[in-house]
Amino acid sequence: MEYFLTEEEKMMVETARNIAIEKMKPVREHYDEKEEFPWEIVKEFAQADLCGVYIPEKYGGFGQGIMGLVLVVEELCKVDGAISLSLAATALGTLPILIAGSEEQKTKYLPDIASGKKLAAFGLTEAGAGSDATGMATMAVKDGDYYILNGTKCFITNGGEAETYTIFAKTNPARGARGISCFILEKGMAGFEFGKKEKKMGIRASSTRELIFNNCKVHKDQLLGKEGHGLMIAQATLDNSRPGVAAQALGIAAGALDEAVIYARKRVQFGQPIASFQGIQHMLADMATEVEAARALLYATARMIDANVGKPEKEQKRTSKESAMAKLLCSETAMKVTTNAVQILGGYGYCRDYPVEKMMRDAKITTLYEGTSQIQKNEIALNLIKESAAKNK
Amino acid sequence: MNIIACIKQVPNTTDVKIDSQTGRLKREGVESIINPFDEYAIEEAVRLKEKNPGSKVTVITMGPPQAESALREAISRGADEGVLVCDRPFGGADTLATAYALSSAIKHLGNFDIIFCGKQATDGDTAQVGPGLAEMLGITHIAYVKKIENIDGKTIRVERLMEDGYDVIECGFPILMTVVKEINVPRIPSLKGKMNAKKAVIKTLTAADVNADLKRVGLDGSPTQVMKIFTPPQRTGGEKFSGEPQDIALSIVGKFKELGIV
Repeated sequence: MEYFLTEEEKMMVETARNIAIEKMKPVREHYDEKEEFPWEIVKEFAQADLCGVYIPEKYGGFGQGIMGLVLVVEELCKVDGAISLSLAATALGTLPILIAGSEEQKTKYLPDIASGKKLAAFGLTEAGAGSDATGMATMAVKDGDYYILNGTKCFITNGGEAETYTIFAKTNPARGARGISCFILEKGMAGFEFGKKEKKMGIRASSTRELIFNNCKVHKDQLLGKEGHGLMIAQATLDNSRPGVAAQALGIAAGALDEAVIYARKRVQFGQPIASFQGIQHMLADMATEVEAARALLYATARMIDANVGKPEKEQKRTSKESAMAKLLCSETAMKVTTNAVQILGGYGYCRDYPVEKMMRDAKITTLYEGTSQIQKNEIALNLIKESAAKNK
Repeated sequence: MNIIACIKQVPNTTDVKIDSQTGRLKREGVESIINPFDEYAIEEAVRLKEKNPGSKVTVITMGPPQAESALREAISRGADEGVLVCDRPFGGADTLATAYALSSAIKHLGNFDIIFCGKQATDGDTAQVGPGLAEMLGITHIAYVKKIENIDGKTIRVERLMEDGYDVIECGFPILMTVVKEINVPRIPSLKGKMNAKKAVIKTLTAADVNADLKRVGLDGSPTQVMKIFTPPQRTGGEKFSGEPQDIALSIVGKFKELGIV
């Protein structure tokens, strides 16, 4: 399909593809097997200027918005959906600063993230607060010019490896959803430690850890936006970041589809390549159609988000519904397509000598994090109802 | 520090086909690339620049107008400027005439401290232009450099790859080095590099611009002329032995005895 990408967008895709094939492909099994953090590849991302594609040029980025992020993540994930997460999860951790940061905060944090010198992470989830963020127990109590943070975050992608963290904590528990605030924390602050590292089904090259705050003293200058606006910042962040997860899913699906077609053309049974059997052909046709449909929805969503940039707030369009749709469709497609890719490769597909087994494991997370598929449906339905109510009073 | 990297655009030999009628390379539709050994020269020049702030890397190539794309790619890999030595009289040059044309262009450009070249080009495989260029410029050269050990304001110490190990050589500036693939891993062009490449203005130099003696350039300045290019015929004949290894060994020894070899 022709998406009429700009010259800059084609450059990003080409650069990401070069890195993916030349640098990531030879080491993807190693990182999956060893569960190590892929710092050598992060350096390649940094050198090629991929870390800051979505960050405005004035802060050292490439200024290509969510579409830039989507294109790069998709292209990298065609080869490996786990290593690329170092970059994609950094975007998630950085978006709160881009959305709600003061000029001082942006100038202080964004250039190092854009250059790839530092990674970022987003800390919302807790053991008792997943889909329901208001259930969080982490507290930030004001004490003069400081807030004192106590609590534990879990499942934090890039945890322990990132330098910059955007952390959500309750500043006024009595106010519920309006009592949560967002802070920028730095690795190494007193009272900020890392806990258990998760052992996972997939995305094993990515670090998923607990963050522990034990009387962690955070200066009020580190508050993002206003006190009590945390959950709004989180929602706006997810509206922008879910296309990133969708891109990860789409890339994994597209990579698995490629592998399945290549294999079907080579694998001979009953005296002919299995690609000549209609049963296989129809599976491949469905997979390709689903991938392309998912891509079209995702790109349209990313363009819609980027169209808000520079517009006065009143003219900006909320994209919660579209972002949720893109993530829902791409991640469910990824699960379906990778499962079918394993099916087409048969017993070989189930073995680690072929990459589709890993792709299927990596795909699963995309239906879970940044909101499960069921939560995306809630978001979509809620917006449908709101839109209808606004039109038909 | 003023650093120059000399490069050549060559056909991508991994997908070159040979016309069986004429025995020549089929160039139509074959992608042109930077000579792979020159990529190491560009990378080393850029690394040196990054270690010595205030330095500049100029990339030079002699070739037809389309060689400009090789210079732009070099800029995307971190070089600052591209210079295309391009004029009708330069056409058909052998290694001597090429070295002369490049030396005239480099003299025209002025000061330099270091020139990097790839050890050879994958199309001609002569490895002559680098050393020839150094001779014409009257400067020191070290071929087959595999590592720069140390560099300061006055001297440079390098390792030169030899068949049985390496030499450590120290000398002063200016200097020309030809580099081998062991020296580095060339980077992937960055986004900012690609943007610079897109915007860059490539300087073109003609024979008149560089005051070249027309008797010494192009076909007229080339003592070597290509008479014929052909693919050597594949060896034919011979005798194939097949079967179990033990039986094959016996048959071969029998054959050797028959031929009086053993």
